[in-house]
Amino acid sequence: MEQAREKLRVFIGRHTGGRVIGDDDRIFAAGFVNSMFAMQLVLFLEKSFQIAIGNEDLDLKNFQTINAVAELIERKTASAQNNSH
Amino acid sequence: MRIGLLDLLIMELNSQQQRLRTEFRRFVDAHVVPEANAWDRQELMPPEVVRQLANHGYLGAVVPVSKGGAGFDSVEFGLLNEELGRGCSSLRSLLTVHSMVALTISRWGTEALKTQWLEKLGQGQAIGAFAVTEAEAGSDAREIRTEAIESGDDFVLTGYKKWITFGQMADLFLVFASSQRGHCAFVLERNAPGLMISPVHSMLGTRASMMAELRLEQCRVPKQNLVGAPGFGLSHIASSALGCGRYSVAWGCVGIGQACLESCLQYAGQRKQSGTFLREHQLIQRMITQMVAGVKAARLLCYHAGQLRDAGDPTSIIETSIAKYFTCRTAAEIARNAVQIHGANGCSGEYPVERFYRDAKIMEIIEGSNEIQEITIAKSAFESVVETAAAATR
Repeated sequence: MEQAREKLRVFIGRHTGGRVIGDDDRIFAAGFVNSMFAMQLVLFLEKSFQIAIGNEDLDLKNFQTINAVAELIERKTASAQNNSH
Repeated sequence: MRIGLLDLLIMELNSQQQRLRTEFRRFVDAHVVPEANAWDRQELMPPEVVRQLANHGYLGAVVPVSKGGAGFDSVEFGLLNEELGRGCSSLRSLLTVHSMVALTISRWGTEALKTQWLEKLGQGQAIGAFAVTEAEAGSDAREIRTEAIESGDDFVLTGYKKWITFGQMADLFLVFASSQRGHCAFVLERNAPGLMISPVHSMLGTRASMMAELRLEQCRVPKQNLVGAPGFGLSHIASSALGCGRYSVAWGCVGIGQACLESCLQYAGQRKQSGTFLREHQLIQRMITQMVAGVKAARLLCYHAGQLRDAGDPTSIIETSIAKYFTCRTAAEIARNAVQIHGANGCSGEYPVERFYRDAKIMEIIEGSNEIQEITIAKSAFESVVETAAAATR
């Protein structure tokens, strides 16, 4: 989980002009990210964590903060592992 | 017409991509090139050619094989766009908007929407169109005024969509509206009560793209037709669809450039001025050289973006914008010079270059104008400088 958070911090930092976003700060509310960022984040999550983001994941709560995204990753990863067993 | 060295083969293409490229080229030479000027003059895309596209599986380019589509990879899809763009940008724009809708349902649709529409879209039994643009909402989609109000099991849509490519022909629309819970995307069928469609004529270019206006008056759409959740309509649904659209347009512009180049090479070898063929004039040679280099560079940018898209890389989004920006500008410049080389003939309907010139101008406006791309790309460049500095301190 902490590893996922660190990856997220680095990725998000690339898109916020160097501004530090805290783990519970609202990523989109601060206005530091551009209109492409939402989909860049989706692709980043899918590629980095080998998960698929779909219709069922489009809940604002899942993308509001670094902690929320990390929890989404954890849930999706656990779900993928359960499905593979 | 085969041009040998200037056929501009990409050495990186695998055998399947090369085979498909040849197949696409034959299709376009046989079914598109001979008719494209007439379609443009008539402002009409005949249903027969759309059926031919469907019969070849091309309308299912982005639909997975498991869902009845062709399941092309991004480079294969790009090559199809290039070849269609070489023949007719209006027909290429059908592939663009149809694929945007199919890809969106495939990526973000509910299982019910996928079951209902993907196979039909993939086999061309239903045509999709993308309805975000409004009179007051072009480059900035956040300005859309079409409203979606929740009412029981439905949303009620009221608003007005403009310049909807293939709106005259589409069986379903991906419609964007604002709601109290943020922007939404809906699948809306053509026969929905309250949806009125009227044709748009006399546009500068892509005149056979069957453009339409949509008027939505208390138009009810079931909640199960929502694509994604409210609030994600622009950030995720429109954004991923427009990414597909930009990629398609970018490759289509490579096709325009290639078509102009081929026309000019042929014309310059036949037309004499001052006792010598145009091809002997150095100022013509300069324009040809710029065309060759421009088309090659444009194609490679598209190919690079395609590889990144297939890899699911986050940078594919900005690389697609860069490809779109470069290819559209390049196609417009090449088409301008192509008309120049053809002289008065190039201003007549007897040669296709005047159509390429008009169509190329459209490409600099749609799916994010040049100016929007300039803002986006520059911001990304500045971000990368900050990232480099940050990485150096870690």
